[in-house]
Amino acid sequence: MTDSNSKSSAGNAKSLKWVGTHQVRPDGVDKVTGRAMFGADMHVPNMLIGKVLRSPHPHARIVSMDLSKAAALPGVKAVINKDDICDLPSEMVPAGEMMVNYRDITRNVMAREKALYEGHAVAAVAAVSESVARKALSLIEVEYEVLPHVIDVMDALEPDAPLLHDHLITEGVDPAPTTPSNVAKRVEFSRGDLEAGFAAADVVVEREFVTKPVHQGYIEPHACLASVTRDGKAELFCTTQGHFVVRGHCAKLLGMDVSKLRVTASEIGGGFGGKTVVYLEPLALALSRKAGKPVKMVMTREEVFRATGPTSGAHMRIKMGATRDGRITAADALLHYQAGAFPGSPVQPGCMCAFAPYDLENARSVGYDVVTNRPKVAAYRAPGAPIAEFAAESVVDELAHKLGIDPIEFRLKNAAREGTQTLYGPKLGPVGLVATLEAAKAHEHLKTELGPNQGRGVASGFWFNIGGESCATINVGEDGTAHLVIGTPDIGGSRASIAQMAAEELGIDLAKVHPHIGDTASLGYTFLTGGSRATFATGAAAIEAARDVIDKMRERVAKLWDIPVDAVVWEDGYARPASSNAGAFEPMSFAEIAAKANKTGGPLVGHAAINAQGAGPSFGTHLVDVEVDPETGHVEILRYTAIQDAGKAVHPGYVEGQMQGGAVQGIGWALNEEYVYGEDGKLQNPGFLDYRMPVCSDVPMINTVIVEVPNPTHPYGVRGVGETPIVPPMAAIANAVQRATGIRFNELPMSPPKVLAAIDASRAAMADAAE
Amino acid sequence: MRRGRRWPTPPNEVVARIVLNGNLRRYSGGVSEFDLEVVNVRQLFVQLGERHPELAPHLEEGIAVAIDGEIYQDALFADIAPDSEVHIIPKIAGG
Repeated sequence: MTDSNSKSSAGNAKSLKWVGTHQVRPDGVDKVTGRAMFGADMHVPNMLIGKVLRSPHPHARIVSMDLSKAAALPGVKAVINKDDICDLPSEMVPAGEMMVNYRDITRNVMAREKALYEGHAVAAVAAVSESVARKALSLIEVEYEVLPHVIDVMDALEPDAPLLHDHLITEGVDPAPTTPSNVAKRVEFSRGDLEAGFAAADVVVEREFVTKPVHQGYIEPHACLASVTRDGKAELFCTTQGHFVVRGHCAKLLGMDVSKLRVTASEIGGGFGGKTVVYLEPLALALSRKAGKPVKMVMTREEVFRATGPTSGAHMRIKMGATRDGRITAADALLHYQAGAFPGSPVQPGCMCAFAPYDLENARSVGYDVVTNRPKVAAYRAPGAPIAEFAAESVVDELAHKLGIDPIEFRLKNAAREGTQTLYGPKLGPVGLVATLEAAKAHEHLKTELGPNQGRGVASGFWFNIGGESCATINVGEDGTAHLVIGTPDIGGSRASIAQMAAEELGIDLAKVHPHIGDTASLGYTFLTGGSRATFATGAAAIEAARDVIDKMRERVAKLWDIPVDAVVWEDGYARPASSNAGAFEPMSFAEIAAKANKTGGPLVGHAAINAQGAGPSFGTHLVDVEVDPETGHVEILRYTAIQDAGKAVHPGYVEGQMQGGAVQGIGWALNEEYVYGEDGKLQNPGFLDYRMPVCSDVPMINTVIVEVPNPTHPYGVRGVGETPIVPPMAAIANAVQRATGIRFNELPMSPPKVLAAIDASRAAMADAAE
Repeated sequence: MRRGRRWPTPPNEVVARIVLNGNLRRYSGGVSEFDLEVVNVRQLFVQLGERHPELAPHLEEGIAVAIDGEIYQDALFADIAPDSEVHIIPKIAGG
């Protein structure tokens, strides 16, 4: 193990040629030469430009709307509002983060009765140019009845809080309320005897925490190009994490047959969960349908901030107790997550993850899903988990500190491992938390000496990971190459990893496997790239498709050799006789069999359509050193080490990239990022100048250690890796800042003004005490 | 560990233990653990729905099943072996 990126393996004895190796990314040349087609890069003849009129009010009833002047403007080809989108009844469907309601989706893409947040779409136009479209927007007359608004999650709980939805009755409460409120749902998970657990504790820590909504911050804004023909067929090119999901939502919102809509995913400039839902896509289709011409729509950065999902802000209370020898005896969490304008915050996974790194006999987590006059939240890497685990891991650190136990040792004493009964239900299979903690304990990072105003923090994190529907097709070329078609957009390197697994199975050179993201007409339904599923689930589909190719090749070779198919085996890219009893045949290579395809039965195609199960959860542990400037409150990240169980790192470079990216996003969440609202309910920092995300100069090299505890359900032991690395950073940094300053920060972000104010208050308190 | 009230087990039958988690417990009259003779998830949902009709609609969407620790989502035909421990939990997605 070295100070730079390193890997330790706990299994995988099989010798592999491609899986587990660094390879050149198949999309690399196009991306560095500017040829890659992102969402806004598509142009077609006679294309119109679509723009959206957005509510200037955080909460207002739409009394009337007059589109006539806009429609009459020369150059305007279509104007739409709610009347052009289906008004759908309540119907829960799975969509990226959690279950969503079509009644809400249709109202989020285009306001109907009320505008529920500043930036909520209320109408849209398509015109021959952007300037004409903007002029047309100014001619749309909307009469609003401005209503009181509520931005903060705890304010929304007050009995006299402005009510967003007259129909919203809290689920999960007995007896069911008879009046509406802003609380959509209560969830609870519990096990053991909490009271007895706290009674057995020698030390109890109880703290309240606040986190702010943060945006996924993808560089590429939402963009799409839609074209609807007069007979109702449609094509859509868009940046998305799941074009099959986009197809389903758009067809539903526009009353179309799914099979009449072909969606092609562009290359994607980041999603992180924020591109699992639809915003512009149904509007572009509706405008194109009305105009009879293609319509392109691209959000400005300001629109991205004002109208697309950040993740929740939250208010939390965590109480944990432990014995003197360091065993956690009880843990209790109360979480309030703001969902934005419509129900559906990730509070449920937050409740499930809060204490997941620990083996607890007595625990409870209660969560509330609360609507506020903000954009509807969307998924953001491990949705819900970073928020709850920030709070829980801060309390774990405080417990360890009070007990005088090393924070890594404290975690090891209580770590979840194989057989641990989780708070959310099942027992864990083989998992790698202990391996990450042992790797942390042994890491050279801990030997770095710290100076004045410096501190070191540690935190662990958990995410479930998922499988789901994936299809893959391998078209074998007559020259012995293979065209691999998959349906999960490649965000973090999945295309390369999946090709590596296909090449490994087929036994051919990776350079002969060409991966491609197929459109919705060229492949069976494939769920989106999210939940850390693409390499796991679509990889499993590609493995199965490769095995299908191999089976077909064996069948053909068996016929050529006039022996039973069972007498032909596949080894290292060759069909060989199973034994000398099968005959003395010269092995046939993949390329030789491919060359004879047409004479032996026709084209060789392997296919798989699966619903992958058995995704293995992933744990990570992060170490961070910080220095706090007592004069400015600035927190500098001095050193950062991210350790994570990947099961099997198919392409270690991409796994490292996921770990580094998650850590840096977590650094931004911890130190600077937040939505700032004025008293008027309007967002004051809708741009990267005022919404401060970390850039390269803000962070050191993020060192990584990949731990490999194989997932037994995957042929190569793969676990998802994309989400876990954003879970530990906020607590790790807060714990480091506590060591540097002696002050426990329970509110994010720990931005310079807040840190400085806390330092000043601490100094004043000490001065008072000294007098 | 404190447990919820259990459904009576027929004698001498090979059954799986079923555990409801989270808000699902609210729809089963306070019963959180069952012993059922089922061979797959579809049969499990049918039997649970018959015993607790209020629970039935909540098994249609948004549910995952962990069979001996391995999580299955949208998998009606996943096998449940005798003596398995089956947890019914909220469906998990991601970002």
